[in-house]
Amino acid sequence: MAALTDLTLAQARDGLAAGEFTSVELTEAHIAATEAVRDLNCYILETPEAAREMAQAADDRRVRGEGGSLNGLPIAIKDLFCTTGVQATAGSHILEGFVPPYESTVTRQLWDAGAVMLGKTNLDEFAMGSSNMTSYFGPVMNPWQRAGDAAAKLVPGGSSGGSAAIVAARGALASTGTDTGGSIRQPGSFCGIVGMKPTYGRCSRWGIIAFASSLDQAGPLTRTVEDAAIMLGVMAGHDPKDSTSVNVPVPDYEAALGTGVKGLRIGVPKECRLEGTPAEIEALWQQGIEWLKAAGAEIVDISLPHTKYALPAYYIVAPAEASSNLARYDGVRYGLRVDGDSPQEMYENTRGEGFGAEVKRRVLIGTYVLSAGYYDAYYLQAQKVRTRIGQDFHEAWEKVDAILTPTTPSAAFAQGEKMDDPIAMYLNDVLTVPASMAGLPAISVPAGLSGDGLPLGLHVIGRPFDESTVFKVGHAIEEAANFTATPQLMAGGR
Amino acid sequence: MSDLLKGRTGEWEMVIGLEVHAQVIADAKLFSGAATAFGAEPNEQVSFVDAGMPGMLPVLNEACVEQVVRTGLALNAEINLQSIFARKNYFYPDMPQGYQISQYEEPIVGEGEIVIDLPDGETRTIGIERLHMEQDAGKSVHDRHPSKTYIDLNRSGVTLMEIVSKPDMRSAEQAAAYVTKLRAILRYIGSCDGNMQEGSLRADANVSVRRRGEALGTRCEIKNLNSIRFMRQAIDYEAARQIEIIEDGGEIEQETRLFDSGRGETRSMRSKEDAHDYRYFPDPDLLPLRLEQGYVDALKASLPELPEAKKQRFMEAFGLSAYDASVLVAERETADYFETVAEGRDSKLAANWVMSELFGSLNKAELSLSESPVSAPSLGGLIDLIADGTISGRIAKDVFADMFETGKPAADIVEEKGLKQVSDSGALEAAVAEVMGANPDRVADYRGGNQKLIGWFMGQIMKASGGKANPQMVNQLLREKLDAGD
Amino acid sequence: MSLDKDTVRRIATLARIRVDEDALEPLAGELNNILGWVEQLNEVDTEGVPLMTSFVETEPFKRSDTVDDGGKAEQVLANAPEEAEQFFVVPKVVE
Repeated sequence: MAALTDLTLAQARDGLAAGEFTSVELTEAHIAATEAVRDLNCYILETPEAAREMAQAADDRRVRGEGGSLNGLPIAIKDLFCTTGVQATAGSHILEGFVPPYESTVTRQLWDAGAVMLGKTNLDEFAMGSSNMTSYFGPVMNPWQRAGDAAAKLVPGGSSGGSAAIVAARGALASTGTDTGGSIRQPGSFCGIVGMKPTYGRCSRWGIIAFASSLDQAGPLTRTVEDAAIMLGVMAGHDPKDSTSVNVPVPDYEAALGTGVKGLRIGVPKECRLEGTPAEIEALWQQGIEWLKAAGAEIVDISLPHTKYALPAYYIVAPAEASSNLARYDGVRYGLRVDGDSPQEMYENTRGEGFGAEVKRRVLIGTYVLSAGYYDAYYLQAQKVRTRIGQDFHEAWEKVDAILTPTTPSAAFAQGEKMDDPIAMYLNDVLTVPASMAGLPAISVPAGLSGDGLPLGLHVIGRPFDESTVFKVGHAIEEAANFTATPQLMAGGR
Repeated sequence: MSDLLKGRTGEWEMVIGLEVHAQVIADAKLFSGAATAFGAEPNEQVSFVDAGMPGMLPVLNEACVEQVVRTGLALNAEINLQSIFARKNYFYPDMPQGYQISQYEEPIVGEGEIVIDLPDGETRTIGIERLHMEQDAGKSVHDRHPSKTYIDLNRSGVTLMEIVSKPDMRSAEQAAAYVTKLRAILRYIGSCDGNMQEGSLRADANVSVRRRGEALGTRCEIKNLNSIRFMRQAIDYEAARQIEIIEDGGEIEQETRLFDSGRGETRSMRSKEDAHDYRYFPDPDLLPLRLEQGYVDALKASLPELPEAKKQRFMEAFGLSAYDASVLVAERETADYFETVAEGRDSKLAANWVMSELFGSLNKAELSLSESPVSAPSLGGLIDLIADGTISGRIAKDVFADMFETGKPAADIVEEKGLKQVSDSGALEAAVAEVMGANPDRVADYRGGNQKLIGWFMGQIMKASGGKANPQMVNQLLREKLDAGD
Repeated sequence: MSLDKDTVRRIATLARIRVDEDALEPLAGELNNILGWVEQLNEVDTEGVPLMTSFVETEPFKRSDTVDDGGKAEQVLANAPEEAEQFFVVPKVVE
């Protein structure tokens, strides 16, 4: 059984096709693995029964010679995606018990391709966070531990903490996440797996519980770059139900892999060399540069002067949009209701009780920066700064084909750390946010270990709708890095 | 000027601006595929998008855009080739998203104007400030439960046009004329059915007062006026209320008020909060709306003749007064009906018959023009019989009443009932001679100076002929014979 | 742009989130901390920079005027905390 959960998505796919095992066997192995790592609290809702049914149906299809590209492969879904008949909570008390009568477009495409749903993973409440500590359903534990410190429970990163942890712990072959400021890439880096955020508009947002509409994007979390390419190929595509979804054909991402990076120009932005960055991260970045050079890429120094403003601008734009997107959670039509003498009182009570502290903070900030007298100074200014950030990248693309940075300014920290100052928490995303604000595709690839033995990721950003180049460069790093370390707390043990 | 109001301390001018919300005629809603038809069971015409469910997104209905552009063109307004959807954020139970998708800084339609028709054929031009499109909210039902409000979201997401006038009106009458004309225009082009009772057309009035020539006073907004009559009452009441406050030394507080139709008064809306802060920002779920000039031009070319143009043409082509023309063009149906009747006929006669006999009968029977038992060609046929002298105008009224009741053509009724006018001079001379012969004293009376008696003679002859004598001829013959001496 | 307790109370009301009286001050502190940090955006010269209302370079898909949704009151009401006679139910609105 342990062997099945060590497979990558691609290997499992091939194994099923070769008849080495059935989907039911594969799925049972992952259900057992999930049980084994239940203490990590990766799931808000496990769905083993549904998984078994879906696996059986996949096996039946295979016998008939039918079945899509993910037929029979068990995956986990971030609990921000609406799934028909299966609870969707957004990690919040205010949506506890909400059962959507509709399926998100992205998950619909995954089920149509034959994938099997293991459950809904834990996340920071309404995707707001970088540690999974803000979930109403309790924190998620990173399956990685600091060398010599098994007592300290580490965070998996966030907001897609549960999705990252379960893949790292071998409880699922892959999972879906969403990335608004780094919520796929940062947990990918903290958990030693691959996390990919596509171009804004590449995947449909229909049926994904909205946090910040101009930033949210669905993406895969997997153990290899190849797996991420396979997953994205199914998740991506134009959706007429999402007006921001772009009608651009989905290329064969798998085909981009292994073609090498010879002749590609890789940009290294000087502004991402942050003050106070640990030396080991600097070193890993340098290592990445060397790997790509060795593989035939050309390294180019570039400047993205407005990148340092990306994070503060994000913390105006995202909360502003969120404050409006979360106004619908009022106890009238679904979710938690706490009564009041009037509807307005009911709203205040419901939202006061239903939202956690971080969500409240951001909704209040968002409300404030949009309010009369402050709109110009804050929101408008932030959006204009965003234009500048986009312009920086636009100019860079004349000189380079991809950009390399570290993914995070540190390795995973412990639960309870960085909780006193929200800004300290926000700084986790300082390297991932610029690509979000510019709507660009980006991937995090596990590249090395910290002094504490914790995974560190390297981050590749690409041109709009050029996920293929991003995968290509990511794959080159993956090959060079040969990251074989595994977490202490994974299913099947080390 | 008759627009001024007399207060205790002198004359006041009222300044009125109207915001009209018009529901757009379309099968589906602005951002979802749910139906818009009136009268469905609660929540039967609601998509997940309309219900503001988690993860739902809006997608723009192209037909609604078309209707809005056509409306802007019909108001002689600027069409903005780029416009932006903005979220208007506020909490209300019948607004499921917690915001309304509307337009703010960049609306689809800019400045325009319409000509309104006042009594006595006077006209006035009223400016339009802007027109934008937005989602309608659902319906709150307060009277089905003592302590709860019921919410029906069928109307949530239906397309509304918000048409904002400039503060160019100076009386309740002008406001009424504005709404009347606006409604007519919308009905003409088919972008809104203008049904105020059903709520597809609603008006909010902004009213302030000032001494003529001075700066604008503080205004109060009167919301949700759902009939022109109530709007007039509310405006008059509000102006008087404001004048009294100012003359008593007080200040007008800017506020939103409701019209209590039972009492005929406006009263302040009790609400805990201060002025709403809607925190408008461009909706990130929607892209800017971009229109091609060619698209706009094509829509303009395909608009029907509008009320104002039709009114002018009727005045010129048919020699109608401004008042008559404006009555006839109020509804496209009426104008078309009239034009059919007037084609090749005496237009004044046609106008008269349509406006008094036909309208009168329809009103009494509570029928609309489309339900009229007398068709336009049919009425034309009746008029032809008058024009060629077959029947008299007086008899024609009886014939019309019969046509209205039975739906039969005029000629048949005249034939069946033998109502042809007697215009045979021989027969009429004989009738005149008979009456004169039978009443020598009155003849003498008449010749003695009492000319008014001719009416009596007329009456006798008409009675004797069963109303069929040709009155003009009878009158002429009577005069001849009576004036002739013996 | 420093927030005081009263401003926080006002914003919380705008956002319809109940905040206990004694939580207002600490919350003001937290928000001020964040707002102070984002102040640095004013360093950026944005003169003449167009407002990017969207990043997406695409012709938006528009729906045609077809009724292809609705007619599913049961599903729409399925998660309602309170419903009656196919309506959503809330405490009475006082105008």
